[in-house]
Amino acid sequence: MTKKRTVEEINEKIRSGKAVVLTAEQVSAMGREATPAEIAERVDVVTTGTFGPMCSSGMFINFGHTNPPMRMERITLNNVPVCAGIAAVDAYIGATETALPHDEYGGAHVIEELIAGKDVLLQATAKGTDCYPRTEVKTYISKETVNEMIMFNPRNAYQNYNVAVNSTGKIKHTYMGTLLPAFGNANFSTSGELSPLLNDPEMRTIGVGTRIFFGGTTGYVAWHGTQFNTGKPVNKHGVPVGNSATLALIGNAAEMSTRFMRAAYFEKYGVSMFVGVGIPIPVLDEDMARRVMVRNSQIETNIMDYGSPDHDILGRTDYQSLYSGEITVNGMKIRTAPLSSIKVAREIAEILREEITAGRFLLTEPVEHFQKTSGLNSLEIRL
Amino acid sequence: MKSRRFVLTFPPDATGEPITYNLIKKYDIMVNIVKADVSPGKIGHLVMEMTAPAKVLKEGMAYMQKQNVECVPIDRTITYREDLCIHCGACSAVCFAGALTMNRKTAELSFEPEKCVVCELCLTACPLKLFSIDLG
Repeated sequence: MTKKRTVEEINEKIRSGKAVVLTAEQVSAMGREATPAEIAERVDVVTTGTFGPMCSSGMFINFGHTNPPMRMERITLNNVPVCAGIAAVDAYIGATETALPHDEYGGAHVIEELIAGKDVLLQATAKGTDCYPRTEVKTYISKETVNEMIMFNPRNAYQNYNVAVNSTGKIKHTYMGTLLPAFGNANFSTSGELSPLLNDPEMRTIGVGTRIFFGGTTGYVAWHGTQFNTGKPVNKHGVPVGNSATLALIGNAAEMSTRFMRAAYFEKYGVSMFVGVGIPIPVLDEDMARRVMVRNSQIETNIMDYGSPDHDILGRTDYQSLYSGEITVNGMKIRTAPLSSIKVAREIAEILREEITAGRFLLTEPVEHFQKTSGLNSLEIRL
Repeated sequence: MKSRRFVLTFPPDATGEPITYNLIKKYDIMVNIVKADVSPGKIGHLVMEMTAPAKVLKEGMAYMQKQNVECVPIDRTITYREDLCIHCGACSAVCFAGALTMNRKTAELSFEPEKCVVCELCLTACPLKLFSIDLG
Protein backbone atom coordinates (compact mmCIF):
# COMPACT_ATOMS: atom_id res chain seq x y z
CA MET A 1 0.00 0.00 0.00
CA THR A 2 1.41 3.34 -1.03
CA LYS A 3 1.41 6.27 1.33
CA LYS A 4 -1.24 8.92 1.00
CA ARG A 5 -0.53 12.58 0.38
CA THR A 6 -2.46 15.70 1.24
CA VAL A 7 -3.06 18.65 -1.07
CA GLU A 8 -0.81 20.71 1.22
CA GLU A 9 2.04 18.22 0.85
CA ILE A 10 1.65 18.35 -2.92
CA ASN A 11 1.66 22.18 -2.81
CA GLU A 12 4.90 22.03 -0.80
CA LYS A 13 6.45 19.98 -3.61
CA ILE A 14 5.08 22.44 -6.20
CA ARG A 15 6.61 25.39 -4.31
CA SER A 16 9.98 23.69 -4.13
CA GLY A 17 9.81 22.79 -7.84
CA LYS A 18 9.83 19.04 -7.15
CA ALA A 19 6.28 18.10 -8.10
CA VAL A 20 5.80 15.56 -10.87
CA VAL A 21 3.00 16.85 -13.05
CA LEU A 22 1.61 14.99 -16.07
CA THR A 23 -1.29 15.60 -18.41
CA ALA A 24 -4.23 13.20 -18.28
CA GLU A 25 -3.20 11.76 -21.67
CA GLN A 26 0.34 11.17 -20.47
CA VAL A 27 -0.82 9.38 -17.33
CA SER A 28 -3.34 7.29 -19.31
CA ALA A 29 -0.49 6.16 -21.58
CA MET A 30 1.71 5.50 -18.56
CA GLY A 31 -1.12 3.44 -17.06
CA ARG A 32 -0.71 0.81 -19.78
CA GLU A 33 2.55 -0.30 -18.14
CA ALA A 34 2.34 0.96 -14.56
CA THR A 35 0.00 -0.10 -11.75
CA PRO A 36 -2.12 2.40 -9.78
CA ALA A 37 0.26 1.94 -6.84
CA GLU A 38 3.25 2.89 -9.03
CA ILE A 39 1.43 5.90 -10.48
CA ALA A 40 0.45 7.04 -6.97
CA GLU A 41 4.10 6.75 -5.98
CA ARG A 42 5.50 8.65 -8.99
CA VAL A 43 2.92 11.27 -9.96
CA ASP A 44 1.72 14.20 -7.84
CA VAL A 45 -0.68 16.07 -10.13
CA VAL A 46 -2.56 15.29 -13.35
CA THR A 47 -3.82 18.13 -15.53
CA THR A 48 -6.98 17.91 -17.62
CA GLY A 49 -8.55 20.09 -20.30
CA THR A 50 -11.63 20.58 -22.41
CA PHE A 51 -12.70 23.08 -25.08
CA GLY A 52 -16.22 22.48 -26.25
CA PRO A 53 -19.44 24.40 -26.87
CA MET A 54 -21.02 25.17 -23.48
CA CYS A 55 -24.31 27.05 -23.88
CA SER A 56 -24.88 27.71 -20.19
CA SER A 57 -22.33 30.53 -20.01
CA GLY A 58 -22.46 34.26 -19.51
CA MET A 59 -20.83 37.32 -18.06
CA PHE A 60 -21.73 39.87 -15.39
CA ILE A 61 -20.69 43.36 -16.33
CA ASN A 62 -20.71 46.70 -14.52
CA PHE A 63 -20.66 49.64 -16.94
CA GLY A 64 -19.83 52.42 -14.46
CA HIS A 65 -22.19 55.33 -13.76
CA THR A 66 -23.01 58.17 -16.13
CA ASN A 67 -23.38 61.74 -14.88
CA PRO A 68 -26.23 62.34 -14.11
CA PRO A 69 -26.70 58.67 -13.13
CA MET A 70 -29.11 56.20 -14.68
CA ARG A 71 -30.85 53.04 -13.51
CA MET A 72 -30.62 51.10 -16.79
CA GLU A 73 -33.76 49.03 -17.38
CA ARG A 74 -33.56 47.87 -21.01
CA ILE A 75 -30.06 47.26 -22.27
CA THR A 76 -28.56 46.01 -25.52
CA LEU A 77 -24.90 45.44 -26.39
CA ASN A 78 -24.26 45.45 -30.16
CA ASN A 79 -28.07 45.12 -30.38
CA VAL A 80 -28.10 41.92 -28.33
CA PRO A 81 -30.50 42.24 -25.37
CA VAL A 82 -28.81 41.55 -22.04
CA CYS A 83 -30.37 40.89 -18.64
CA ALA A 84 -30.76 44.28 -16.97
CA GLY A 85 -32.95 43.18 -14.09
CA ILE A 86 -30.25 43.77 -11.50
CA ALA A 87 -28.79 46.94 -9.96
CA ALA A 88 -28.49 50.25 -11.86
CA VAL A 89 -25.49 49.59 -14.11
CA ASP A 90 -25.01 45.85 -13.62
CA ALA A 91 -26.07 43.41 -16.31
CA TYR A 92 -25.68 39.76 -17.27
CA ILE A 93 -24.85 38.85 -20.85
CA GLY A 94 -26.27 35.42 -21.58
CA ALA A 95 -24.11 33.63 -24.15
CA THR A 96 -27.05 32.32 -26.18
CA GLU A 97 -29.09 35.54 -26.29
CA THR A 98 -29.40 36.80 -29.86
CA ALA A 99 -30.14 40.04 -31.67
CA LEU A 100 -33.30 38.68 -33.31
CA PRO A 101 -34.09 38.38 -36.15
CA HIS A 102 -30.35 38.04 -36.75
CA ASP A 103 -29.84 34.94 -34.67
CA GLU A 104 -26.31 34.27 -35.90
CA TYR A 105 -24.88 36.97 -33.62
CA GLY A 106 -25.41 36.82 -29.89
CA GLY A 107 -24.22 37.20 -26.35
CA ALA A 108 -21.24 34.90 -26.88
CA HIS A 109 -20.02 37.16 -29.71
CA VAL A 110 -20.39 40.24 -27.48
CA ILE A 111 -18.41 38.48 -24.74
CA GLU A 112 -15.71 37.43 -27.22
CA GLU A 113 -15.42 40.99 -28.56
CA LEU A 114 -15.16 42.43 -25.04
CA ILE A 115 -12.47 39.89 -24.13
CA ALA A 116 -10.64 40.82 -27.34
CA GLY A 117 -10.62 44.46 -26.20
CA LYS A 118 -12.97 45.70 -28.93
CA ASP A 119 -15.50 48.52 -28.59
CA VAL A 120 -19.09 47.37 -28.09
CA LEU A 121 -22.17 49.58 -28.56
CA LEU A 122 -24.16 50.05 -25.34
CA GLN A 123 -27.74 51.31 -25.62
CA ALA A 124 -30.03 51.58 -22.62
CA THR A 125 -33.28 53.18 -21.61
CA ALA A 126 -34.94 53.83 -18.26
CA LYS A 127 -38.02 55.53 -16.85
CA GLY A 128 -35.83 57.87 -14.73
CA THR A 129 -36.14 58.16 -10.97
CA ASP A 130 -35.45 60.89 -8.41
CA CYS A 131 -32.10 59.31 -7.62
CA TYR A 132 -31.37 58.15 -11.21
CA PRO A 133 -32.78 60.91 -13.48
CA ARG A 134 -31.17 59.92 -16.81
CA THR A 135 -33.49 58.06 -19.22
CA GLU A 136 -31.28 56.98 -22.07
CA VAL A 137 -27.70 56.35 -23.05
CA LYS A 138 -25.87 55.38 -26.23
CA THR A 139 -22.11 54.97 -26.16
CA TYR A 140 -19.24 52.57 -26.72
CA ILE A 141 -17.82 50.48 -23.91
CA SER A 142 -14.77 48.21 -23.81
CA LYS A 143 -12.72 46.14 -21.41
CA GLU A 144 -10.85 49.34 -20.53
CA THR A 145 -13.93 51.45 -19.72
CA VAL A 146 -16.04 49.06 -17.61
CA ASN A 147 -15.51 48.23 -13.93
CA GLU A 148 -15.95 44.46 -13.89
CA MET A 149 -16.34 41.64 -16.38
CA ILE A 150 -17.06 38.52 -14.34
CA MET A 151 -17.59 35.33 -16.29
CA PHE A 152 -20.10 33.19 -14.46
CA ASN A 153 -21.13 30.02 -16.22
CA PRO A 154 -23.95 28.09 -14.53
CA ARG A 155 -23.27 24.81 -16.32
CA ASN A 156 -19.90 23.89 -17.84
CA ALA A 157 -17.58 20.90 -18.17
CA TYR A 158 -20.22 18.19 -18.48
CA GLN A 159 -19.03 14.89 -17.13
CA ASN A 160 -19.55 12.80 -20.24
CA TYR A 161 -22.17 13.44 -22.90
CA ASN A 162 -24.16 11.37 -25.34
CA VAL A 163 -23.41 10.71 -28.99
CA ALA A 164 -25.92 12.13 -31.47
CA VAL A 165 -27.19 10.34 -34.58
CA ASN A 166 -30.15 10.93 -36.88
CA SER A 167 -32.40 8.06 -38.02
CA THR A 168 -34.74 10.20 -40.12
CA GLY A 169 -34.59 10.88 -43.84
CA LYS A 170 -33.94 14.58 -43.30
CA ILE A 171 -30.91 16.54 -42.20
CA LYS A 172 -31.16 17.73 -38.57
CA HIS A 173 -29.52 20.92 -37.34
CA THR A 174 -28.85 20.55 -33.61
CA TYR A 175 -26.61 21.78 -30.81
CA MET A 176 -24.72 18.54 -31.52
CA GLY A 177 -23.91 19.92 -34.97
CA THR A 178 -25.32 18.91 -38.35
CA LEU A 179 -26.69 15.38 -38.29
CA LEU A 180 -26.90 13.83 -41.73
CA PRO A 181 -29.99 11.73 -42.56
CA ALA A 182 -30.09 7.94 -42.33
CA PHE A 183 -27.30 7.68 -39.76
CA GLY A 184 -24.91 9.62 -42.00
CA ASN A 185 -22.74 10.61 -39.04
CA ALA A 186 -22.38 10.39 -35.27
CA ASN A 187 -21.30 13.50 -33.38
CA PHE A 188 -19.84 13.54 -29.88
CA SER A 189 -18.58 16.21 -27.56
CA THR A 190 -16.22 15.63 -24.69
CA SER A 191 -12.47 15.43 -24.54
CA GLY A 192 -12.58 11.80 -23.29
CA GLU A 193 -9.61 10.83 -21.14
CA LEU A 194 -8.55 14.52 -21.03
CA SER A 195 -11.89 15.69 -19.65
CA PRO A 196 -11.80 17.18 -16.10
CA LEU A 197 -14.70 15.37 -14.44
CA LEU A 198 -13.89 12.04 -16.09
CA ASN A 199 -10.55 12.03 -14.24
CA ASP A 200 -12.19 12.47 -10.84
CA PRO A 201 -15.60 10.90 -11.43
CA GLU A 202 -16.66 10.97 -7.78
CA MET A 203 -15.34 14.53 -7.34
CA ARG A 204 -13.13 13.64 -4.39
CA THR A 205 -10.78 16.55 -5.21
CA ILE A 206 -13.11 18.93 -7.08
CA GLY A 207 -15.66 20.99 -5.16
CA VAL A 208 -16.65 24.53 -4.24
CA GLY A 209 -13.60 26.77 -4.40
CA THR A 210 -11.38 24.57 -6.58
CA ARG A 211 -8.85 26.70 -8.47
CA ILE A 212 -8.90 25.98 -12.20
CA PHE A 213 -7.78 27.14 -15.63
CA PHE A 214 -10.73 29.07 -17.03
CA GLY A 215 -10.79 30.74 -20.44
CA GLY A 216 -7.07 31.51 -20.39
CA THR A 217 -6.77 32.71 -16.81
CA THR A 218 -7.20 31.40 -13.28
CA GLY A 219 -10.80 30.80 -12.23
CA TYR A 220 -12.70 28.89 -9.62
CA VAL A 221 -15.44 26.33 -9.24
CA ALA A 222 -18.28 28.39 -7.76
CA TRP A 223 -20.82 25.67 -7.15
CA HIS A 224 -22.05 22.46 -8.65
CA GLY A 225 -23.42 23.16 -12.10
CA THR A 226 -27.10 23.24 -13.00
CA GLN A 227 -28.62 19.87 -13.97
CA PHE A 228 -25.95 18.29 -11.74
CA ASN A 229 -26.80 14.61 -11.66
CA THR A 230 -24.74 11.96 -9.92
CA GLY A 231 -27.51 9.42 -10.29
CA LYS A 232 -26.39 8.09 -13.70
CA PRO A 233 -25.32 4.45 -14.02
CA VAL A 234 -21.59 3.89 -13.59
CA ASN A 235 -19.68 1.35 -15.71
CA LYS A 236 -17.15 -1.14 -14.37
CA HIS A 237 -14.37 1.44 -14.66
CA GLY A 238 -16.22 3.85 -12.37
CA VAL A 239 -17.24 6.18 -15.20
CA PRO A 240 -20.81 7.52 -15.40
CA VAL A 241 -22.41 6.62 -18.72
CA GLY A 242 -24.10 9.63 -20.30
CA ASN A 243 -24.29 13.24 -19.15
CA SER A 244 -24.07 13.51 -15.36
CA ALA A 245 -22.13 15.98 -13.16
CA THR A 246 -21.56 19.62 -14.18
CA LEU A 247 -19.75 22.66 -12.74
CA ALA A 248 -20.63 26.31 -12.23
CA LEU A 249 -17.50 28.35 -12.91
CA ILE A 250 -16.41 31.89 -12.11
CA GLY A 251 -13.47 33.97 -13.29
CA ASN A 252 -12.25 37.38 -14.41
CA ALA A 253 -13.22 37.72 -18.09
CA ALA A 254 -11.02 40.82 -18.43
CA GLU A 255 -8.00 38.49 -18.08
CA MET A 256 -9.33 35.83 -20.43
CA SER A 257 -8.17 35.12 -23.97
CA THR A 258 -10.18 34.60 -27.15
CA ARG A 259 -7.95 31.60 -27.80
CA PHE A 260 -9.95 29.84 -25.06
CA MET A 261 -13.30 31.71 -25.27
CA ARG A 262 -14.88 31.57 -28.73
CA ALA A 263 -18.38 32.40 -29.87
CA ALA A 264 -20.12 29.82 -32.01
CA TYR A 265 -23.25 29.57 -34.11
CA PHE A 266 -24.90 26.24 -34.72
CA GLU A 267 -27.00 26.35 -37.85
CA LYS A 268 -30.74 26.71 -37.19
CA TYR A 269 -30.10 26.20 -33.46
CA GLY A 270 -28.43 29.37 -32.30
CA VAL A 271 -25.47 30.86 -30.53
CA SER A 272 -23.22 29.04 -28.08
CA MET A 273 -19.73 29.48 -26.75
CA PHE A 274 -16.60 27.35 -26.80
CA VAL A 275 -15.20 27.55 -23.28
CA GLY A 276 -11.74 26.37 -22.25
CA VAL A 277 -11.54 24.66 -18.86
CA GLY A 278 -8.68 22.79 -17.21
CA ILE A 279 -8.66 21.28 -13.74
CA PRO A 280 -5.63 19.89 -11.92
CA ILE A 281 -6.24 16.63 -10.07
CA PRO A 282 -4.04 15.86 -7.07
CA VAL A 283 -3.04 12.19 -6.95
CA LEU A 284 -3.79 11.76 -3.25
CA ASP A 285 -3.69 7.99 -3.15
CA GLU A 286 -3.99 4.78 -5.15
CA ASP A 287 -7.70 5.31 -5.72
CA MET A 288 -7.10 8.70 -7.35
CA ALA A 289 -4.25 7.17 -9.38
CA ARG A 290 -6.66 4.57 -10.71
CA ARG A 291 -9.12 7.34 -11.64
CA VAL A 292 -6.65 9.53 -13.56
CA MET A 293 -5.34 6.49 -15.46
CA VAL A 294 -8.72 6.10 -17.16
CA ARG A 295 -8.40 5.52 -20.90
CA ASN A 296 -10.68 6.37 -23.81
CA SER A 297 -11.51 2.67 -24.24
CA GLN A 298 -12.89 2.63 -20.67
CA ILE A 299 -15.07 5.73 -21.01
CA GLU A 300 -18.45 4.78 -22.40
CA THR A 301 -21.46 6.80 -23.43
CA ASN A 302 -24.91 6.36 -24.96
CA ILE A 303 -25.74 6.75 -28.63
CA MET A 304 -28.92 8.80 -28.93
CA ASP A 305 -31.20 9.22 -31.90
CA TYR A 306 -31.84 12.96 -32.20
CA GLY A 307 -34.30 12.11 -34.95
CA SER A 308 -36.73 10.51 -32.49
CA PRO A 309 -38.88 12.75 -30.26
CA ASP A 310 -37.64 11.16 -27.03
CA HIS A 311 -34.02 10.83 -28.13
CA ASP A 312 -34.10 7.03 -28.01
CA ILE A 313 -30.93 5.35 -26.82
CA LEU A 314 -29.70 3.04 -29.57
CA GLY A 315 -26.68 1.58 -27.85
CA ARG A 316 -23.42 2.27 -26.11
CA THR A 317 -19.95 3.04 -27.39
CA ASP A 318 -16.61 4.16 -25.99
CA TYR A 319 -14.32 7.07 -26.79
CA GLN A 320 -11.59 4.95 -28.36
CA SER A 321 -14.12 3.88 -30.99
CA LEU A 322 -15.44 7.43 -31.35
CA TYR A 323 -11.94 8.82 -31.97
CA SER A 324 -11.20 6.00 -34.44
CA GLY A 325 -13.54 7.72 -36.92
CA GLU A 326 -16.20 5.01 -37.08
CA ILE A 327 -18.62 3.25 -34.74
CA THR A 328 -21.01 0.39 -35.35
CA VAL A 329 -24.63 0.79 -34.32
CA ASN A 330 -27.06 -2.10 -34.86
CA GLY A 331 -24.68 -3.51 -37.46
CA MET A 332 -24.37 -0.19 -39.30
CA LYS A 333 -21.03 1.53 -39.67
CA ILE A 334 -21.33 5.25 -38.91
CA ARG A 335 -18.68 7.94 -39.40
CA THR A 336 -17.91 9.85 -36.20
CA ALA A 337 -16.90 13.46 -35.64
CA PRO A 338 -16.01 15.42 -32.53
CA LEU A 339 -17.45 18.85 -31.66
CA SER A 340 -15.03 19.49 -28.81
CA SER A 341 -11.49 20.45 -29.80
CA ILE A 342 -8.92 17.94 -28.59
CA LYS A 343 -6.15 20.12 -29.95
CA VAL A 344 -7.09 23.04 -27.67
CA ALA A 345 -7.94 20.69 -24.75
CA ARG A 346 -4.38 19.33 -25.00
CA GLU A 347 -3.03 22.87 -25.08
CA ILE A 348 -4.96 23.72 -21.88
CA ALA A 349 -3.74 20.59 -20.05
CA GLU A 350 -0.17 21.42 -21.15
CA ILE A 351 -0.38 25.08 -20.02
CA LEU A 352 -1.69 23.96 -16.65
CA ARG A 353 1.08 21.34 -16.41
CA GLU A 354 3.73 23.99 -17.12
CA GLU A 355 2.21 26.49 -14.67
CA ILE A 356 2.12 23.94 -11.85
CA THR A 357 5.59 22.59 -12.63
CA ALA A 358 6.94 26.15 -12.52
CA GLY A 359 5.32 26.74 -9.13
CA ARG A 360 2.93 29.43 -10.42
CA PHE A 361 -0.29 27.50 -9.84
CA LEU A 362 -1.09 25.89 -6.49
CA LEU A 363 -3.79 23.31 -5.86
CA THR A 364 -6.76 23.82 -3.59
CA GLU A 365 -8.79 21.61 -1.37
CA PRO A 366 -12.55 21.98 -1.89
CA VAL A 367 -14.13 24.35 0.60
CA GLU A 368 -17.17 22.11 0.34
CA HIS A 369 -17.75 18.81 -1.47
CA PHE A 370 -20.78 18.38 -3.71
CA GLN A 371 -23.82 16.53 -2.44
CA LYS A 372 -24.84 13.39 -4.28
CA THR A 373 -28.12 13.65 -6.18
CA SER A 374 -30.53 11.01 -7.37
CA GLY A 375 -31.78 12.48 -10.62
CA LEU A 376 -33.29 15.56 -12.20
CA ASN A 377 -36.71 17.12 -12.01
CA SER A 378 -38.49 17.63 -15.27
CA LEU A 379 -40.90 20.49 -15.85
CA GLU A 380 -44.47 19.36 -15.38
CA ILE A 381 -47.20 21.29 -17.16
CA ARG A 382 -49.65 22.05 -14.35
CA LEU A 383 -52.16 24.23 -16.19
CA MET B 1 -7.83 17.94 -74.19
CA LYS B 2 -9.80 19.30 -71.34
CA SER B 3 -10.20 17.91 -67.83
CA ARG B 4 -13.18 18.91 -65.75
CA ARG B 5 -14.95 17.64 -62.66
CA PHE B 6 -18.69 17.10 -62.61
CA VAL B 7 -21.36 16.13 -60.15
CA LEU B 8 -23.84 13.79 -61.83
CA THR B 9 -27.27 13.38 -60.28
CA PHE B 10 -29.27 10.35 -61.32
CA PRO B 11 -33.06 10.36 -60.97
CA PRO B 12 -34.60 7.59 -58.81
CA ASP B 13 -36.14 6.09 -61.96
CA ALA B 14 -32.93 6.02 -63.99
CA THR B 15 -33.33 3.90 -67.11
CA GLY B 16 -30.55 1.56 -66.22
CA GLU B 17 -28.61 2.68 -69.28
CA PRO B 18 -24.88 2.16 -68.65
CA ILE B 19 -24.02 5.86 -68.74
CA THR B 20 -20.38 5.67 -67.74
CA TYR B 21 -19.75 2.77 -70.11
CA ASN B 22 -21.27 4.72 -72.99
CA LEU B 23 -19.27 7.85 -72.17
CA ILE B 24 -16.12 5.79 -72.51
CA LYS B 25 -17.03 3.53 -75.43
CA LYS B 26 -19.17 5.82 -77.58
CA TYR B 27 -17.63 9.20 -76.83
CA ASP B 28 -14.07 8.16 -75.95
CA ILE B 29 -14.09 10.27 -72.81
CA MET B 30 -11.49 9.43 -70.16
CA VAL B 31 -13.47 8.96 -66.96
CA ASN B 32 -12.18 8.98 -63.42
CA ILE B 33 -14.78 8.35 -60.72
CA VAL B 34 -13.99 10.33 -57.57
CA LYS B 35 -17.04 9.45 -55.52
CA ALA B 36 -20.12 7.33 -56.14
CA ASP B 37 -23.33 6.98 -54.20
CA VAL B 38 -25.85 5.25 -56.41
CA SER B 39 -28.45 2.73 -55.32
CA PRO B 40 -31.66 1.58 -57.07
CA GLY B 41 -34.81 3.58 -56.35
CA LYS B 42 -32.94 6.52 -54.84
CA ILE B 43 -31.42 9.72 -56.16
CA GLY B 44 -27.82 8.87 -56.95
CA HIS B 45 -24.73 11.02 -57.04
CA LEU B 46 -21.53 10.49 -58.94
CA VAL B 47 -18.55 12.79 -58.81
CA MET B 48 -16.22 12.28 -61.73
CA GLU B 49 -13.49 13.83 -63.71
CA MET B 50 -13.90 13.70 -67.48
CA THR B 51 -11.05 14.28 -69.89
CA ALA B 52 -11.68 14.80 -73.61
CA PRO B 53 -11.52 17.51 -76.29
CA ALA B 54 -14.01 20.30 -75.41
CA LYS B 55 -16.35 19.36 -78.29
CA VAL B 56 -16.55 15.73 -77.20
CA LEU B 57 -17.19 16.76 -73.59
CA LYS B 58 -20.09 18.85 -74.78
CA GLU B 59 -21.54 15.89 -76.70
CA GLY B 60 -21.13 13.67 -73.64
CA MET B 61 -22.99 16.19 -71.51
CA ALA B 62 -25.79 16.42 -74.05
CA TYR B 63 -26.07 12.62 -74.03
CA MET B 64 -26.40 12.61 -70.22
CA GLN B 65 -29.03 15.32 -70.34
CA LYS B 66 -31.05 13.13 -72.70
CA GLN B 67 -30.90 10.36 -70.11
CA ASN B 68 -32.27 12.76 -67.44
CA VAL B 69 -28.94 12.77 -65.67
CA GLU B 70 -28.11 16.19 -64.32
CA CYS B 71 -24.51 17.09 -64.97
CA VAL B 72 -23.08 20.11 -63.15
CA PRO B 73 -19.45 21.09 -63.55
CA ILE B 74 -17.54 21.86 -60.36
CA ASP B 75 -16.06 25.25 -61.01
CA ARG B 76 -16.31 26.62 -57.51
CA THR B 77 -13.95 25.85 -54.69
CA ILE B 78 -14.23 25.96 -50.92
CA THR B 79 -11.79 27.98 -48.87
CA TYR B 80 -11.54 28.37 -45.11
CA ARG B 81 -9.84 30.61 -42.56
CA GLU B 82 -7.32 28.12 -41.25
CA ASP B 83 -5.76 30.75 -38.97
CA LEU B 84 -9.02 31.08 -37.00
CA CYS B 85 -9.86 27.35 -36.88
CA ILE B 86 -10.20 25.78 -33.42
CA HIS B 87 -10.08 22.21 -34.81
CA CYS B 88 -13.37 21.18 -33.21
CA GLY B 89 -14.27 18.76 -36.00
CA ALA B 90 -17.87 19.86 -36.64
CA CYS B 91 -17.17 20.30 -40.38
CA SER B 92 -15.71 16.80 -40.69
CA ALA B 93 -19.07 15.45 -39.53
CA VAL B 94 -20.80 16.51 -42.75
CA CYS B 95 -17.99 15.99 -45.24
CA PHE B 96 -19.11 12.74 -46.85
CA ALA B 97 -16.55 13.28 -49.61
CA GLY B 98 -13.76 12.88 -47.06
CA ALA B 99 -12.04 16.18 -47.88
CA LEU B 100 -12.29 17.43 -44.29
CA THR B 101 -10.93 14.93 -41.79
CA MET B 102 -9.50 15.00 -38.30
CA ASN B 103 -5.91 13.85 -37.97
CA ARG B 104 -6.05 11.25 -35.22
CA LYS B 105 -2.55 11.94 -33.97
CA THR B 106 -2.41 15.76 -34.00
CA ALA B 107 -6.19 16.25 -33.51
CA GLU B 108 -5.98 18.88 -36.24
CA LEU B 109 -8.36 19.43 -39.13
CA SER B 110 -6.99 18.45 -42.51
CA PHE B 111 -8.49 19.76 -45.74
CA GLU B 112 -7.74 18.02 -49.04
CA PRO B 113 -9.33 20.29 -51.69
CA GLU B 114 -8.91 17.69 -54.44
CA LYS B 115 -11.46 15.47 -52.67
CA CYS B 116 -13.96 18.31 -52.18
CA VAL B 117 -17.20 17.97 -54.18
CA VAL B 118 -18.39 21.46 -53.19
CA CYS B 119 -21.56 20.18 -51.53
CA GLU B 120 -21.34 23.29 -49.30
CA LEU B 121 -22.46 21.48 -46.13
CA CYS B 122 -19.35 22.67 -44.27
CA LEU B 123 -20.44 26.29 -44.78
CA THR B 124 -23.29 25.82 -42.33
CA ALA B 125 -21.73 23.07 -40.19
CA CYS B 126 -18.77 25.19 -39.07
CA PRO B 127 -19.82 26.88 -35.79
CA LEU B 128 -17.29 29.66 -36.40
CA LYS B 129 -18.40 30.25 -40.01
CA LEU B 130 -14.88 29.96 -41.38
CA PHE B 131 -15.77 28.40 -44.77
CA SER B 132 -16.65 30.31 -47.89
CA ILE B 133 -17.22 29.66 -51.57
CA ASP B 134 -14.66 30.88 -54.02
CA LEU B 135 -16.33 31.41 -57.37
CA GLY B 136 -12.98 31.28 -59.15
